[in-house]
Amino acid sequence: MLEPIDRTPRPDDLMSMPDARGHFGPYGGRFVADTLMAPLAELTAAYEQLKHDPDFIAELDYDYRHYVGRPSPIYHARGLSKAVGGAQILLKREDLNHTGAHKINNTIGQAMLAKRMGKTRIIAETGAGQHGVASATVAARLGLECVVYMGATDIERQAINVYRMKLLGATVVPVTSGSKTLKDALNEALRDWVTNVAHTFYIIGTVAGPHPYPAMVRDFNAVCGREARAQMLAEYGRLPDALVACVGGGSNAIGLFHPFLNDREVAIWGAEAAGEGIGSGLHAASLVAGRPGVLHGNRTYLLCDENGQVRDTHSVSAGLDYPGVGPEHAWLKDIGRANYVGITDDEAMAAFHQLARCEGILAALESSHAVAQGIKLARELPKDKLVLVNLSGRGDKDIYTIAKREGMSL
Amino acid sequence: MSTRIETRMAELRTAGRCGLIPFLTAGDPHPDWMAEILHALVEGGADLIELGMPFSDPMADGPVIQKSSERALERGMTLDRTLAIVREFRQRDAATPLVLMGYLNPVEYYGWEQFAANAKAAGVDGLLIVDCPPEEADSVRPVLARHALDQIFLASPTTTEARIAIMGELAQGYVYYVSFAGITGADLLVMADVGARLDALRRQVRVPIAVGFGVKTAQQAAALAPHADAVVVGSALVEHLAASASLTDAQQRARDFLQPLRRAIAVARTPETV
Repeated sequence: MLEPIDRTPRPDDLMSMPDARGHFGPYGGRFVADTLMAPLAELTAAYEQLKHDPDFIAELDYDYRHYVGRPSPIYHARGLSKAVGGAQILLKREDLNHTGAHKINNTIGQAMLAKRMGKTRIIAETGAGQHGVASATVAARLGLECVVYMGATDIERQAINVYRMKLLGATVVPVTSGSKTLKDALNEALRDWVTNVAHTFYIIGTVAGPHPYPAMVRDFNAVCGREARAQMLAEYGRLPDALVACVGGGSNAIGLFHPFLNDREVAIWGAEAAGEGIGSGLHAASLVAGRPGVLHGNRTYLLCDENGQVRDTHSVSAGLDYPGVGPEHAWLKDIGRANYVGITDDEAMAAFHQLARCEGILAALESSHAVAQGIKLARELPKDKLVLVNLSGRGDKDIYTIAKREGMSL
Repeated sequence: MSTRIETRMAELRTAGRCGLIPFLTAGDPHPDWMAEILHALVEGGADLIELGMPFSDPMADGPVIQKSSERALERGMTLDRTLAIVREFRQRDAATPLVLMGYLNPVEYYGWEQFAANAKAAGVDGLLIVDCPPEEADSVRPVLARHALDQIFLASPTTTEARIAIMGELAQGYVYYVSFAGITGADLLVMADVGARLDALRRQVRVPIAVGFGVKTAQQAAALAPHADAVVVGSALVEHLAASASLTDAQQRARDFLQPLRRAIAVARTPETV
């Protein structure tokens, strides 16, 4: 069920990364202060053991079905496809999961791991609040204390999710250092973890951070890609011609992409947030416009100034507003297996409206970036081609942002 | 030829004295005052100086150093300006070892080869890169070796025996022992734990051991002194200097802050702890 991480990556098997030290080619690794080296080794050992444990796998599988509501369907967006006039657009409906996004695939796995490791307290970082909500949700269910670090700026922007977390019993701690956004929340969570490591489990929300997080978070999210691959074969008799997902840190994207990496005939497209345009400097497109560096415990593509200081990023979608990206995406870009492109705020908004009007689905602004790229691809392809877009979350959380952007007050 | 760090550590050993290592962020309290403040630290009793290279995302640091880094960056601090401070300091002090402490990313963007060459030329003796443990230092090590810069590693209460053995092999200059599992400047120092751990560590590692994180008072420094080759004080000093009204004030504050610490740790140690 969970993919094994092979200790010796094979060049012909793109699913065999990372190596034993968490490297995806030159990316990934474990760039942390000494104090965290032992806890990370302990976490790696616990995860390596549990992911092969039949009881753990059965429990996770049960929760995916009965609590999350998996499997999520693949929906043929006929109306949108017709309007675009090209290839058929298929949507992997992660927006139908409990809590409204893919994030729960990961938090449920990590919280179960925390419980098995005897940890009584979980911490998480959050940007838009989706990962915070997904963490607070599983913590409530498993009876674990939950503390969520959130940038003070994001707390103002995402009042509804802050309240959701509080209703679920979590403590939301405002982070006032640095740019007061997601990257600073991650720093603060790491500081908490290093201080309280004996009884605390840190649930990282994306495929970044030090090893084993990029591999572990990917494995939990890959339930989406494994399902999608089986559903395509069962329902369409073949694999899709292209996969599309939005990439902030990149967890929903790698979750869809990973089980298809060895299917070389399937093209892979990641849509990063180009904000107000790459040329404007106001964006969050690390792979498209960044260069390799080290942040939050791993080597990957980053958006920095010329002195290596991490830059403030911009996107209409808070969930993509991150200056780094998961190291596996950095590697997939370099070897040419996946293509990464920028989608602007305006393009994402247009896709949001088109999907709403053609299909009756309000997509999350993050996922709207993937929809926009899916529309672009479909337009260039003949009608018999299949483009599978990860609809990673629903848009209810974004209606205030959208209304404000369009000059309305609710 | 001995390095400046080796020479200084040998002097301390001969004198039977525990060393004092102050930490300041380059550029805080003011970019133009730094070299003069470093001289004041030496006058106040500094045996070696750690100078922080400010970074936008200092994940191992507590609020005091975070704010200090933010202030330094807001005032336009860069690696080149940090090296300029070292060059200026070296014009009048050729003896006090100086170690740059910081995070990988700014150095990666600068370029390791160029940075190591420029740092050595400026008079830097060693580098302590907080987020570069020995496991990730393979590519860095030969560059630093080529430029005769010591690579200083961190050890902590959670460091396993196996990793201490590796550090024992790779360590240069000194090992910086982090006194508790936490961030810089926190109030988590428990003397009894630290002392026993330091004694064990000094038997396993051939280079001297400096201890820091959370050392704020002369009493704390005095309690650590019998167990360590040097004591590092950072956050408390940075905080004390942050309110400086002028360079003269900052120099006075630097001396006033270090002198009682220096007196407190100036204890002769019994032969078996040396």
